[in-house]
Amino acid sequence: MTDAVPPKGTGPLARREARLAWGLLSPTIIAVSLVVLLPLLAIFWISFKPVSLADLRPPEVVLREDLRGDDKAVGDTPSIRYRLRNSSQEQPIRGVSFSDTLPDGLTVTELDPRCTLDGTALACDLGDWEGGFRDTLMIPVTVDQTYLDNGIEPDQTDPVTAGRAVNVLTSGNFTFENFARIFDGDEFWGVLGVTLFYAVFGTVGALLFGLFAAMLLNKSFRGQGILRGLYLFPYVSPVIAVAFAWVLLFDPFSGSANALLIQMGVTTEAINFFGQRPLALIMVTVFEIWRYFPLSFLFILARMQSIDTDMYEAADMDGASPFQQFWYLSVPQLLGILSVLFLLRFIWTFNKFDDIFLLTGGNAGTRTLTVNVYEQAFAVSNIGAGAAVAVVIFACLLAFSIFFLKFISQEEGL
Amino acid sequence: MNFLRHGYVTGPLLGALWMFVLATTVAVTMSFASGDAFRPSILFSLIWGAGLGAFAITLPALRAAQIGAGVVIALVTYLGFGPVLSGADAGTMPVLIGALILAGCAAVSLWVILDDCPAGPLNRHEFEGAVIRFLTGFGYIFFTAIVVIPFYVMLMTSLKNQAELIQNPLDFTIDLSQGWDLFRSYDELFRQFNFGTYLLNSFFISVLTVFITLLFAVPGAYAVARLRFSGRAAFSRSILLIYMVPMIVLALPIYIAFSMTGLRNSLSGIIMIYPVTTIPVALYMLQGYFRGLPAEIEEAGLMDGLSRLKVIWKITLPLSLPAMASVSLYVFMIAWNEFLLAFMLLDDPSKFTLTRGISSLNSSEIPRQHLMAGSVIATVPIMVLFLGLERFMTKGLTAGGVKG
Repeated sequence: MTDAVPPKGTGPLARREARLAWGLLSPTIIAVSLVVLLPLLAIFWISFKPVSLADLRPPEVVLREDLRGDDKAVGDTPSIRYRLRNSSQEQPIRGVSFSDTLPDGLTVTELDPRCTLDGTALACDLGDWEGGFRDTLMIPVTVDQTYLDNGIEPDQTDPVTAGRAVNVLTSGNFTFENFARIFDGDEFWGVLGVTLFYAVFGTVGALLFGLFAAMLLNKSFRGQGILRGLYLFPYVSPVIAVAFAWVLLFDPFSGSANALLIQMGVTTEAINFFGQRPLALIMVTVFEIWRYFPLSFLFILARMQSIDTDMYEAADMDGASPFQQFWYLSVPQLLGILSVLFLLRFIWTFNKFDDIFLLTGGNAGTRTLTVNVYEQAFAVSNIGAGAAVAVVIFACLLAFSIFFLKFISQEEGL
Repeated sequence: MNFLRHGYVTGPLLGALWMFVLATTVAVTMSFASGDAFRPSILFSLIWGAGLGAFAITLPALRAAQIGAGVVIALVTYLGFGPVLSGADAGTMPVLIGALILAGCAAVSLWVILDDCPAGPLNRHEFEGAVIRFLTGFGYIFFTAIVVIPFYVMLMTSLKNQAELIQNPLDFTIDLSQGWDLFRSYDELFRQFNFGTYLLNSFFISVLTVFITLLFAVPGAYAVARLRFSGRAAFSRSILLIYMVPMIVLALPIYIAFSMTGLRNSLSGIIMIYPVTTIPVALYMLQGYFRGLPAEIEEAGLMDGLSRLKVIWKITLPLSLPAMASVSLYVFMIAWNEFLLAFMLLDDPSKFTLTRGISSLNSSEIPRQHLMAGSVIATVPIMVLFLGLERFMTKGLTAGGVKG
């Protein structure tokens, strides 16, 4: 009789379950890898490439065909003219050739040495072209009656061009210039400083405001639901709508805020809130606080409402004053959610692009790293440099994430 | 700090501060509502507020004292040496209304703030209670003001015209006699700027995004929540990490790839991208909810011969309808509000989404009220959804709100 032993390894049922799980997850995994992981790898690749916005269209052969001279009667001798050029001013094209079909009834009298004619099929081999190269081919022909009868002109048939161009995105051409460029000078440290200021103060401010708002609403009274809904408005409305409303409100010429401040005697002349250093940076941070305090408020309120009221009653019996209750009872209870919120919001504020882009466009000392990606890639048209900034952002985030994962594993609930 | 804890110190001090808060609020409100010049006076606010505070401490329970104090404040404000001063050209009606509002608020609220404070030394409870009531009142006014003002400016600007706005930026009164003509900015947006198409595009994209997201996220969330497989813990943790990749970093390669494949400038390109940005959030929210459902019901279904997919379809989904509603709303909101990708990937005005359409209005040739009318058009649907389904929305926000 053999001894009964517990089964080892995974049984068929467990394997089936795991297979099903991966099957259910695979659409998500595939989609996410295509849209998140692949672009991330691409960013690393591009950051070492000398790519500008113009390089996104690979160089190609541009060909124009027309007929020079009369073709109205039998015996006329017009010429078919092919004008060709390289669409790129810098990139060469190798092995340029084109082929075309001549209309019936045109007899070629003299053929360019680079071309061959097989029946009505014309093929020309033009060799290698440097950037910005232009060429013109003239092919003299004699008109027959068939041509006049058919009425098909030479430029009615589309010539086919061919040529191998080196695409800078896939070539083996690498450079460190992008990184050298973005780390060059004081600009980078300025941008990093602005980003950290924005992220730290935006996050802390939103947390403090959220805490204050949560304490206001952590009691039931008539209209509590309405106020709670109202206080969430900044967060749920489209960023573009509220950002433009702010820009208008603080406009130096026709803004209500300036008119109000002047009328109240706070200032004598209009303040350009979003246009001068360092006020613009403070204003975009204030906007960030305004837009995201509802989120912290919601989380903190949810946590507050789950705290047991018995504790406060006991503290009341023991004679703790309201401030003491807040400091010694509420704050320790809220510390967990506050720190989780801080980490998450910090990373998200660090990543924020739309808000600053819409409010100031990164001018007046408000250029953060994310705005710098856009600025480098599209305003300066240097995609490579933009990608290099993106890599820097990613490196920062990786550092945050390691810290975050270490921390969050101790925090339950998330 | 102990000297503060006396009825005749706390009362006037809080009274003065509170009067200044009220005066500023009334001045701002009346300026915005009437367009006339109102401003708070620091000196008069402090003097009258302190006086009123002392008065409230002395006569805490007397209704007549309250009414008398209100009448005095209204009178001095109307005569021009109260906490709120009005400009010389301000109309009689607004000044009177302002004075009455200020007096009413001050007389009622100050007595509430100083409710339990005796006219002598205060203990910690009484003092801190008064301070907290003051801070609470201040908080309500402050948060309501900062939230309401930008939206009020947005709405009112959309109903006015450029010339009126530049002449007096504070004058938000609207001439109701114009009738439907008030909405001419909206009319022009829909007639000349194609906003009808943008609205439809946005709606279509958002709804489709919700459906595709759920199609991907529900099976994924179920697998993470219920099925056992190696790598489950790592997977559910890395979902959170995907949140942390900034959109702009992804937008650049997506822009390049779309330029090369010709997907740029097409709605199908947008629909391919949007759901992927929302799938991780939806998956994370749903798996949390699925975990809370009792597994016994599903096991009973399995015993009775349902397959796993049938269990999801017939048992799990019907049970999680509230969570599905939250997730759908949240995803709809993200897709509706999305700006960056639409801005980078769409150039052709016939394919704009609403947010992209609004950003195209931001030029010096197009009057400001059009920009604001566009903003209102984008904001109203999400507000209506939000207010109508606030319960689900709040839940959805708390569950998925880790995403910016």
